[in-house]
Amino acid sequence: MEPYLYTARLAVGYGGKPLIENLCLHVRRGEIMTLIGPNGAGKSTILKTLARQLEPMAGTVYLDKQALGQMAEKELAQRLAIVTTERIDPELMSCRDLVSTGRYPYTGRLGLLRAENRAIVENALAQVHAGELAELPFAQVSDGQRQRVLLARALCQQPDVILLDEPTSFLDIHHKLELLDILKTLVRQQQLAVVMSLHELDLAQRVSDTVVCVEKSGALRMGAPEQIFTEENIRALYGLTEESYNPLFGCAELPPVQGEAQIFVIGGGGSGIPVYRRLQRLGIPFAAGILHRNDLDYPVARTLAAELVEEAAYQPVTAETLARALAVLERCGKAVCTLPAFGPLNEANRLLWETAGRSGKQTDWNTI
Amino acid sequence: MNGKRIGFCYGLLLLLLAVLLLWSVCTGSTAMGLAGVLRVLLGDAADKTAYGIVWNIRLPRILASVILGGALAVSGFLLQTFFANPIAGPFVLGISSGAKLTVALTMILFLQLGLVMRSAVLVLAAFIGALMAMGFILLLSRRVRNMSMLVVGGVMVGYICSAITDFAITFADDANIVNLHNWAQGSFSGTSWANVRDMAALVSVLLVLAFLLSKPIGAYQMGESYAQSLGVNVRRFRLELILLSSLLSACVTAFAGPISFVGIAVPHLVKGMMKTAKPLVVMPACFLGGAVFCLFCDLLARTLFAPTELNISSVTAVFGAPVVIALMVSRKNRRFQGV
Repeated sequence: MEPYLYTARLAVGYGGKPLIENLCLHVRRGEIMTLIGPNGAGKSTILKTLARQLEPMAGTVYLDKQALGQMAEKELAQRLAIVTTERIDPELMSCRDLVSTGRYPYTGRLGLLRAENRAIVENALAQVHAGELAELPFAQVSDGQRQRVLLARALCQQPDVILLDEPTSFLDIHHKLELLDILKTLVRQQQLAVVMSLHELDLAQRVSDTVVCVEKSGALRMGAPEQIFTEENIRALYGLTEESYNPLFGCAELPPVQGEAQIFVIGGGGSGIPVYRRLQRLGIPFAAGILHRNDLDYPVARTLAAELVEEAAYQPVTAETLARALAVLERCGKAVCTLPAFGPLNEANRLLWETAGRSGKQTDWNTI
Repeated sequence: MNGKRIGFCYGLLLLLLAVLLLWSVCTGSTAMGLAGVLRVLLGDAADKTAYGIVWNIRLPRILASVILGGALAVSGFLLQTFFANPIAGPFVLGISSGAKLTVALTMILFLQLGLVMRSAVLVLAAFIGALMAMGFILLLSRRVRNMSMLVVGGVMVGYICSAITDFAITFADDANIVNLHNWAQGSFSGTSWANVRDMAALVSVLLVLAFLLSKPIGAYQMGESYAQSLGVNVRRFRLELILLSSLLSACVTAFAGPISFVGIAVPHLVKGMMKTAKPLVVMPACFLGGAVFCLFCDLLARTLFAPTELNISSVTAVFGAPVVIALMVSRKNRRFQGV
């Protein structure tokens, strides 16, 4: 399928030097393209240029093979709708009134709504599960409801393309997921082409078909989520130095606490993560082990622990590894075990825990 | 939007207008019963004095307050849309005062040259003054994003223009200066039929043009980027709004001098009454509301301390300013609630 919205050597910015140059984006219908990147890198500027609210500094935006700059205002409005971050505060407007403004490009001189327009408004409200909000004043609904109503307004334009600027900001996790779920369904059902900017990397990873990294330097990288969400990519994009990004969990970690390990955490299978995070919060450097490299705890321990004793995946723990762990334990004043049980593959951890017991280092982690 | 409610509001406004029209035409320094006035209105010219008073003094004045009051309210509504600010109006933004200044200067010049002022010249002078004040406010609005600061700036512009006007009037020496002085305070008195004809023609054209803008105004109420994405040519639309609102307030100032607070209070009250801000229904109601408001205030202005007449602006301020204060307080509360 051909790309529906694409740009050719586009340069965007506000006068002077362009923020981003040589932008070649392409979105097909039925696809979501997400822009990620640090604040101020130019995500909103790109979206504004795609919406023709900002003149391109060079290059062209094409919508269904037509140059955007040459389209009539009404035609563009019938094909492209936006949801902005701007906090709008329309006076005395019910949610239904607000949604019905989306019919603007289809109504006559005075903007009177005929029956078929009304039906489209109701349908749009239903599609975003906002039917029960119709009568409420827009100024009084919650942030999550607002975004859904604004999405319904965009749908009312019966567009082929919707541009959304940070639609999930200010929403709680429930409403973030709800909004993206609705959006995803609409994109599939109505074969919309969507370009949006998101701050939540984990969500971007889940909903996007294509991800564009917009760097502060103006550099761009575009690809499928699995190509983009790698640790070095995200660290470079956001300029993370001591912090880290975990591509599997799609989450970022704070920088580890510096210093000599004071507590040895024997973990595994995800049980260690809460303790690592707690020690991190308390500012206590710790050692973690013995973890297999495919253990659930491993990626977090790797970024947070001052010292890590690790073993190759699917291998029994070797004597050398155990010796190394014992040496680390020797230097730690306390030991914590989060494992509910030991088995043949982590026999070494049991030995470690017993050693800690003999030297009186065993500690209940709830008391830390 | 509630159709019944809107219908009721229109009914109420029309009723008030009719009652006030009759009341105004019957009230004045010469006492005339309702029956007498009706006879005169129906064309009975037997009583020459009564006929003259009703047809040549009262009716033109009443019609002027209806037309100009309505125009002022619509002008306020357009300015509030433009600045996305409910406290914007031709008076507080200094536009009326700008018009006043140029009209006064033109009047003095014409009097000194011994020329006769025609309505067209008056309106043109007022329009130039209004546009100059508007231009200054627009420059200011680029610098200050804060809406209350903008209003303060507008009030300052108003004071400067008024000061220069007073200065000019004080030193202009002519017998007609008394009239000029009255006009500069705001008054509907002394309106002629020729004036009424001119203002009616101009205001009705402007109102039709404003009404035809109600669709983009509705889109613009959600902010510039949404309006643009719906297909509004924002640049042209903003220019149209500026020209229309300036022309409307210039027209009012040219014929009746500066009149305060009608432009803010009336649209606010109308929107509150109708529980909607939809321009298509609100704009005509603003016209009716402005007419009722000014008719009522003019009635008070000429009867309260008769035979001494108050200037109309003092009366509109008494009723209008509290509405503006209430508006600011309620906006502030909404902000605090995080809405």
